[in-house]
Amino acid sequence: MNRPATHSHAATALYAVSENESPQGDPSLQEPLPEVTAKRRGVLQRLVRRFSVLGLLGLVIVVFWLAVAFLGPLVAPYKGGAITSTEIFGSYSAAHPLGTDYLGRDLLSRVLFGTRYTVGLALASAVLASCIGTFFGLLAAVSGRAVDEVLSRLFDAVISIPSKVLALVVVAAFGSSIPILMGVAAFAYIPGAFRISRSLAVNLMTLEYVQVARARGEGLLYIARVEVLPNMIHPMLADFGLRFVFIVLLLSGLSFLGLGVQPPDADWGSLVRENIGGLALGAPAVLMPAIAIATLTVGVNLLIDNLRRRAGRGQGAA
Amino acid sequence: MKSHAQRLIAARLGLALLTLLIVSALVFALTGLLPGDAAQQALGQAATPAQVAALRHQFGLDQPAVQRYAQWLLHAVSGNFGTSLSNNLPVSELIATRLPNSLVLAGLTTLVSVPIALMIGITSAMFRGSLLDRVLNVLTLSTVAVPEFLIATIAVLIFAVKLRWLPALSYLSDVSSFEALLRIYAMPVMTLCCVIIAQMARMTRAAVLDQLNASYVEMAILKGASPMRVVLRHVLPNTIGPIANAVALSLSYLFGGVVIVESIFNYPGLASLMVDAVTNRDMPLVQGCVMVFCVAYLALVLVADLCQIVSNPRLRQR
Repeated sequence: MNRPATHSHAATALYAVSENESPQGDPSLQEPLPEVTAKRRGVLQRLVRRFSVLGLLGLVIVVFWLAVAFLGPLVAPYKGGAITSTEIFGSYSAAHPLGTDYLGRDLLSRVLFGTRYTVGLALASAVLASCIGTFFGLLAAVSGRAVDEVLSRLFDAVISIPSKVLALVVVAAFGSSIPILMGVAAFAYIPGAFRISRSLAVNLMTLEYVQVARARGEGLLYIARVEVLPNMIHPMLADFGLRFVFIVLLLSGLSFLGLGVQPPDADWGSLVRENIGGLALGAPAVLMPAIAIATLTVGVNLLIDNLRRRAGRGQGAA
Repeated sequence: MKSHAQRLIAARLGLALLTLLIVSALVFALTGLLPGDAAQQALGQAATPAQVAALRHQFGLDQPAVQRYAQWLLHAVSGNFGTSLSNNLPVSELIATRLPNSLVLAGLTTLVSVPIALMIGITSAMFRGSLLDRVLNVLTLSTVAVPEFLIATIAVLIFAVKLRWLPALSYLSDVSSFEALLRIYAMPVMTLCCVIIAQMARMTRAAVLDQLNASYVEMAILKGASPMRVVLRHVLPNTIGPIANAVALSLSYLFGGVVIVESIFNYPGLASLMVDAVTNRDMPLVQGCVMVFCVAYLALVLVADLCQIVSNPRLRQR
């Protein structure tokens, strides 16, 4: 309800375009361009057709939370840390749609401000983990057996420390700060990305066109970059989504233990922890942040499941 | 006659030991070398340099890194992880009092989750593509992505706050009868089961589906075997290996899950000991706990590997 109104009136939309230089806006309002509109509609339709109902639901949820991560603080009714009510653990009301927390702060604003930490931090860590993992996976696949063996053993060792336990060790050693959290989340999930990208790349390396490239005398870098990488990007993207889900769960778990994002900042996990005292009162302050996490992770999972299913059908495999 | 299988088993054992060695080096590097000064930590800001130097000598922190690692490793192998910094008890003693509790929790969870997960996985594979399969797919997909603390808080809200059936915290000293035991373990086990069952069921389904696509299954169907018989007599014996793998992988997830669950229910297990150790930055205790977790993980994976080898008749005959 606090979301910015999207071009409801033609006039306001036109003004908004000229004032904010925003590239959005109904294309039909700007010069005619019938082909563009037709193409757009075609893309949209194809997009809808490609998704099942649940996949579409996942997509909507993911886009919604991404938008909140960027716009949340702008549309929040109160400032994140402001104490706005005398009632603690208040229930749903017009002034506080999600109730109030243990200090009487507006929970909706807290959640909106926290989105940035939960989504942003996890996104950054997932990008790091996937990129580094893919890099080493490619390296292991294209280089000789010795390199492959050493890398595989090393990453197998890291994988045998449960990710939450590994994160706890690092937090014990270095304390908890945003860069450390990002680093440890990435580090914990590099081995998984490595394993998958390595097995994909090893399979690709046996194909004829790679052997042709080798026979042509191409360098390893060229083979990795031009022949192998483009062909494994799709499965790696699905894997990236999974890694994102795991990292969200890991980081909010850490925050829930009081070892993640530190006050006064708060991600969704910290919000659950802060308000756990309201559990006996049945306060929405405990449930809402936890439900926010669940919608995000379930949404991403639904989206990936949909994409993978399509990809699988395309290749004719179950 | 059995030499091939035996050689494989020996190779797996060696690999596990090598992994453990790398893990120990990694853990020691993270906790023993990098994070500055345990002596300074223990004495606080007000300590004089002479005091710090004396304590450093007492801790052995003034020796070279490799020597300290070798010493630590020798002690660790004999079960001696040093003395806890925060309460001056031997780490091995602290772990020994907590480990049985965690093992009981893990054991109960395994007993409950494995049969349910196998049933769900096999059923949805048998009826693949049906409505039941699709519903189960979405259910397990969503449960995998839900953070443990959401399940735990909802369980507490329903069973402890609203219905008042179960205690919200686990006090093991209260165990006097079988019923009391059930009441204490019900919620922690239920929370852990949710996530693990979902994961295990998905992997079981994939493993069974993999076999259902094989040509010997088509043969069995063509000769008129009932679907039940096809799955139980023909498919299941061939999926023991992959299913054992799935079970081991999912159970290894327990080690992450218990960290959260034990803290929520205040259950006196190994994971909550470790969380306390991390909060107090009690490094010897952290090291001890991590190594126990890793040994448990490797043991699980090893058992799964052994199942795979033993269940494969081709390896037995040679």
